Amino acid sequence: MSLLDINNVTITFGGLTAIDDLNFHVDEGEIVSVIGPNGAGKTTFFNLITGLSTPDSGEILLDGESLIGLDPNEITARGVGRTFQNVRLFPQMTILENVMVAQHCRTNQKVLGPIFRTKAYKEEEALIRKNAEEVLGFFGTRLTGYRLNQPAFVLSYANRRRLEIARAMATQPRLLMLDEPVAGMNPMETAELTELIGKLRSEWGFTIVIIEHDMRLVRDVSDRVVVLDHGETIAQGSYEHVSTHPDVIEAYLGRSAGDK
Amino acid sequence: MSTRSATDIDPKHSVSVGLIAGISIIFMGLVGLAVGLNERILIDPILSLGYLFLLAVPLGAGYIAANETVLEGMQAPEKGTRDIVAGALAGLAGGAMVGLFLILLDTVDLSEKMPAWGDRLLDMLSFNQGVGGGVVVAALVGTVLGALGGAIHVLKDEPRRVIKIVIISVLSFAILEAIVDDVLGEIGLKPVAKFLYSKSGGLSVLPAILVGIVALGFAIGFKGKGDELKTRYDTMEEAERKQVNKYALIAVVVAAVVLPMLLGKIVNELLANVGLFVLLALGLNIVVGRAGILDIGYVAFFAVGAYGMAVLTTPEAPWRINDTLVHDIFGWLPVLPWLVALPIVVVMTGFVGLLIGTPVIRMRGDYLAIVTLGFGEIIRLLFLSDWLSPTLGGSQGIRNIPGVNVGVTEINGTKPQYVFYLVAVFVAIAIYISHQMETSRIGRAWMAIREDEPVAEAMGINTVTTKLIAFVTGAVLASFSGAIFAAKVGSTFPNSFLLLVSIIILVVVIVGGMGNIPGVILGAVVLIGILGGPKQPGLLAEFSQFKLLIYGALLVFMMLKKPEGLLPNAARTRELHIDEALQDAWLKGDKPSSEDEVATA
Repeated sequence: MSLLDINNVTITFGGLTAIDDLNFHVDEGEIVSVIGPNGAGKTTFFNLITGLSTPDSGEILLDGESLIGLDPNEITARGVGRTFQNVRLFPQMTILENVMVAQHCRTNQKVLGPIFRTKAYKEEEALIRKNAEEVLGFFGTRLTGYRLNQPAFVLSYANRRRLEIARAMATQPRLLMLDEPVAGMNPMETAELTELIGKLRSEWGFTIVIIEHDMRLVRDVSDRVVVLDHGETIAQGSYEHVSTHPDVIEAYLGRSAGDK
Repeated sequence: MSTRSATDIDPKHSVSVGLIAGISIIFMGLVGLAVGLNERILIDPILSLGYLFLLAVPLGAGYIAANETVLEGMQAPEKGTRDIVAGALAGLAGGAMVGLFLILLDTVDLSEKMPAWGDRLLDMLSFNQGVGGGVVVAALVGTVLGALGGAIHVLKDEPRRVIKIVIISVLSFAILEAIVDDVLGEIGLKPVAKFLYSKSGGLSVLPAILVGIVALGFAIGFKGKGDELKTRYDTMEEAERKQVNKYALIAVVVAAVVLPMLLGKIVNELLANVGLFVLLALGLNIVVGRAGILDIGYVAFFAVGAYGMAVLTTPEAPWRINDTLVHDIFGWLPVLPWLVALPIVVVMTGFVGLLIGTPVIRMRGDYLAIVTLGFGEIIRLLFLSDWLSPTLGGSQGIRNIPGVNVGVTEINGTKPQYVFYLVAVFVAIAIYISHQMETSRIGRAWMAIREDEPVAEAMGINTVTTKLIAFVTGAVLASFSGAIFAAKVGSTFPNSFLLLVSIIILVVVIVGGMGNIPGVILGAVVLIGILGGPKQPGLLAEFSQFKLLIYGALLVFMMLKKPEGLLPNAARTRELHIDEALQDAWLKGDKPSSEDEVATA
């Protein structure tokens, strides 16, 4: 059964139609990759789902309920977690804090709890801490141990990407949306993350949508690949199907002068 | 490292620094600061506060002239005679400029336009040598001090640290005269106080030297001990650390209880004022320092707290006497004692915070600052208005506010010592609340919002609610301060709540160290304690006239040189120096992910 349904969504910025009458769906437990040349509207597509932009028309349904008009924090609370293409951590907060703060919408202690140090508050803090360490432990020892209390900006580029995924995991989403998770990583790191993305589904039970330019990752993890160009779906299906699709090759490489 | 000759200086740089120094001195003279502060003797008879200000300028200029910018990764140029020459040249340039000014001062009379223009300034700048001698002396003193400033630059870190400690110790003893005098007198050491301080005020020369020597001994004897203690504290077991914290807490409490007993009325009054500002600064720290909401109308909550208390506890409050709608509705309300009224005041102020915050909080940055400023003024103007005058007294304010009845005694302005105790209790509560909130779920969310608001929202944080909580918590802490203020002063007037109060609290928070509780407290103690609050005198009461000038200068200086404040919050420091950190990392060749390649290989 489908978790996310996008029906006839359009958004224009000034005169530019970034997403044009798009239809899209993700089934529960699926891993779907969204690919397309630069400027195809992939990130806009993410922003629409997470509430950072509002579509001009169409509907976006998570588990049958509309997400349109909700604030980004409400959408996160409904179960959509995301990372950003240009890594946007809270650089001055520690690694632990970055992940702890992401559990905001799953917890509810406000003012009186911390001031009177109630039992509920202490238990919740302990739970937040435990969850955070569990999520960070997913990446081996890279983000744990002495690293826990270091500010996020000291991390290497690859580790920042990992921490961003950890932070998205900490929001306890049903749908995890990764915006170019391996951009800037070397082949070894990419291979490692490919494996982890598989585990995100098998062990953590996330449904995953990935934007990615790295075709090896796309090939290795995706159940289905959707190709966007000029805000429209030009092809979708298995990696093999899409990679040989003439429209896709055209979108990426252009048309040769002899064709037509 | 190449050796350089003593003349290898950038004369243009030195002279321009010197000229700026000269202009600063002339400016200080013309605004009346030099002569005005000359009354306050620090070391009798050689140094007054006025001269301290004047002489510090060429010293600093010498240091700056000697300083060369060193880029990370570049070799620092060798320090040596060259620095002293550069400093001396700057000092000479400044001195010469002051000399020219002396001639001008003597030949032209501008005293009608500038009240400070006159013989007293001339005498002071020329060291009583007249114009001819003055020009020579000014140039000479400038050169010597400039050279000295350059020489300080040449010194290694360690001797420089020692000199700093000695100078600060001697000056502290001189500035803290009132406190030290009170304490010594109270514990039966009056003769010591007599020995230390001369009759005309200020340390006598011999004790000043003695204090210097003792400080020198401490500085050398306890070298590195502070760091050692800190490492030991950091490496302690959790339980042991708790134990140490407990003892430290007990020590602080004992000091807070005993110290005021030893102090006279004036100093206690000062401490109470400092405490009120500590409360305000702690509150604003949550709003600005933690949640990053630049609120420059913060005084509004202080005002609401004070007026709320006045309205509820005063038997002759205008609204009880005059026939107004408020009287008709609430006339049955009995006059409440302070302690009973406090919760009501807190809730009331929190509500006002909510009311102001709701529309304001959706704005960002500069717009928010302007709007809060507007609301701050609106609140004051409401208190001042004719419309509310029958209820709140208008410009006459509310008078005869009773003190705080605590059973055994009534705490009011005539007993500053008890006011201090009362303030101290609330400061402790405010510190506790601030600390608990900062380390809680909401505190983390504040930090995330300060760092990157859109991302914080995308990570599930309801930014509006979270920021409102910060706004209201800040308002509540301000209401504590306002409530005590009303009982202490015994009257509230709209003019006690000018925009200036907001600005001064903000300066306290910035100078102290935004986002850091100890920093903010230090800021309030140093600024309000020494310089004084908007209307309250500080230890250096002579400053009152120049308070704003000094506040402004200090703010500019801090923003340029140490934007993170005196006692910075670790995260905040990183935030403000991130560019430098990144550049350093780049120069050192830290390529992203290199370490991971090693790890995976």
